[in-house]
Amino acid sequence: MMGRLLLLLVLLALPSTAFAQSAVPKLVPDVSQRDINIQSRFTGVELLLFGAIIYPRGVVPEGQIDVAVVLRGPTRPLIVREKRQVAGIWINAESIDFRSAPTYYAIASSRPLDTIINARTAAIYELGLERLQLSPTGEVDAAEVRRFRSGLVDLNQRDGLYVEAANSVNITDQVLYRARLAIPSSVPEGRYVAETLLIRDGRVIVADDGVTVTISKTGFERFITILSQQFSLIYGVLAVVISLLLGWIAGIAFARL
Amino acid sequence: MDIYLPIAGLSVNILVIILLGGAVGMLSGMFGVGGGFLTTPLLIFYGIPPVVAAASASTQVTGASVSGVFAHMKRGGVDFRMGAVLVVGGLFGTLFGALLFRILEAWGQIDTVINILYVVMLGGIGGMMMRESLTAVMAARAGRPVPASKRRHHPLVANLPWRWRFYRSGLYISPLAPLVLGFITGIMTMLLGVGGGFIMVPAMLYILGMSANVVVGTSLFQILFVTMSSTIVHSLTTKAVDIVLAVFLLIGSVTGAQIGARLAQRMKPEYLRLFLAAIVLLVAIRMALGLGWRPDEIYTVQLL
Repeated sequence: MMGRLLLLLVLLALPSTAFAQSAVPKLVPDVSQRDINIQSRFTGVELLLFGAIIYPRGVVPEGQIDVAVVLRGPTRPLIVREKRQVAGIWINAESIDFRSAPTYYAIASSRPLDTIINARTAAIYELGLERLQLSPTGEVDAAEVRRFRSGLVDLNQRDGLYVEAANSVNITDQVLYRARLAIPSSVPEGRYVAETLLIRDGRVIVADDGVTVTISKTGFERFITILSQQFSLIYGVLAVVISLLLGWIAGIAFARL
Repeated sequence: MDIYLPIAGLSVNILVIILLGGAVGMLSGMFGVGGGFLTTPLLIFYGIPPVVAAASASTQVTGASVSGVFAHMKRGGVDFRMGAVLVVGGLFGTLFGALLFRILEAWGQIDTVINILYVVMLGGIGGMMMRESLTAVMAARAGRPVPASKRRHHPLVANLPWRWRFYRSGLYISPLAPLVLGFITGIMTMLLGVGGGFIMVPAMLYILGMSANVVVGTSLFQILFVTMSSTIVHSLTTKAVDIVLAVFLLIGSVTGAQIGARLAQRMKPEYLRLFLAAIVLLVAIRMALGLGWRPDEIYTVQLL
């Protein structure tokens, strides 16, 4: 990580001839860890998303800029069910199918999203938990979709899978930025895309989603998962044998005590 | 100390899991019940996905019952013929349970059905046990002999055709009755992750009318094989057996069981039963409240 930081500083120090022609700034984003391995001691991870903003001709413009970083996990189809009280018991009643809901979504911004960006831009870039595109299937009215979406968001926020953190991107001298995002242990495996957005006057000036983070199980955890998914019978028999042996050995051991 | 459960897909505190297994094991050592009826709800309460909790709890029950089966076999406490009939019923029960599981899951009502089953079963059994043990305790206090209940099978069972002799159980009844009993407990093992001992033992005593000295051994024998079958069926269908979770539960429960067995020798049996009845009823009440109260979170998510 130090190496990458150094590289950034070198890039900044260079006379920025390469970017002299373009009028828009360029983002150089990076993350603290591109490969996250899930092994037996995995309890989640804190990811540092950081980078630099390179301005045309190296001139830092007047006025305030803002930065938002988004980390999106793989999307999955899912059903959200809503409980209702029927004959005194809370049971699942209505439900909605969402074709593509992110399994993980975290957004951090330098100031509250509503104050730095207009609603239209936020919708286009899918910024904020209220604007997640979930692609509901079937004929459902907008109010209903909103209700189920806020249910899903609330549920995932409790589990730390959906995060919206305002005022948590630090910007130094309008040039360097960094943000920390917490990833809980219950995240699914897959490819996570980190997007950085430079925001000014309510609009996105430049966005970069070139950084990806891969989360995968390794070693024993990977072995067990593959075994249980692809060689289910062997896995089941193995589970039975281990359980029998452990119980049997313990019985003998305690009989001697 | 935290450890990542590869199938449940989250990290848990390993000490909590071992202690949970230990507490349940202690009860099982004291009362000779498997304790699955406590393990599954406690795991769910701790945040383990319900399916993983039920599947892994049944794997743990296998290990927890194996040394008990050997002990009962040694002193002739297992009626193998009766056990075999129960196991056959149980195997069909686990398969049918898997089908039921799939249907209920697609319908979106699996959690509700599991909760209702728990409330009805635990409430019923706990209530029965409570009444019986209160009578026993009061009789003991008054210095009266405990009114002996007559051992005889239910008239319904006596009317079934094709009678077999079960010598060790002291019975001449149709195998259909234990077959159905095994089938029902097999379904429950699959759905709830319970061994079913707390249903089986009273049913063997009061419905089949088996002689008391083979009841616990034969029920353990059936539980051993049916939980083995349910682990394999779960591995093939729901793929929810978490072997790491099962092993740590087992480490706790085999230790707890030894402590429990030693404690049980120092306590009066009628108080012991009263205590168990109270625990069973408490779990039932907790689950009933969960059904009737407005849940903390009324939305649930199912991945497709």
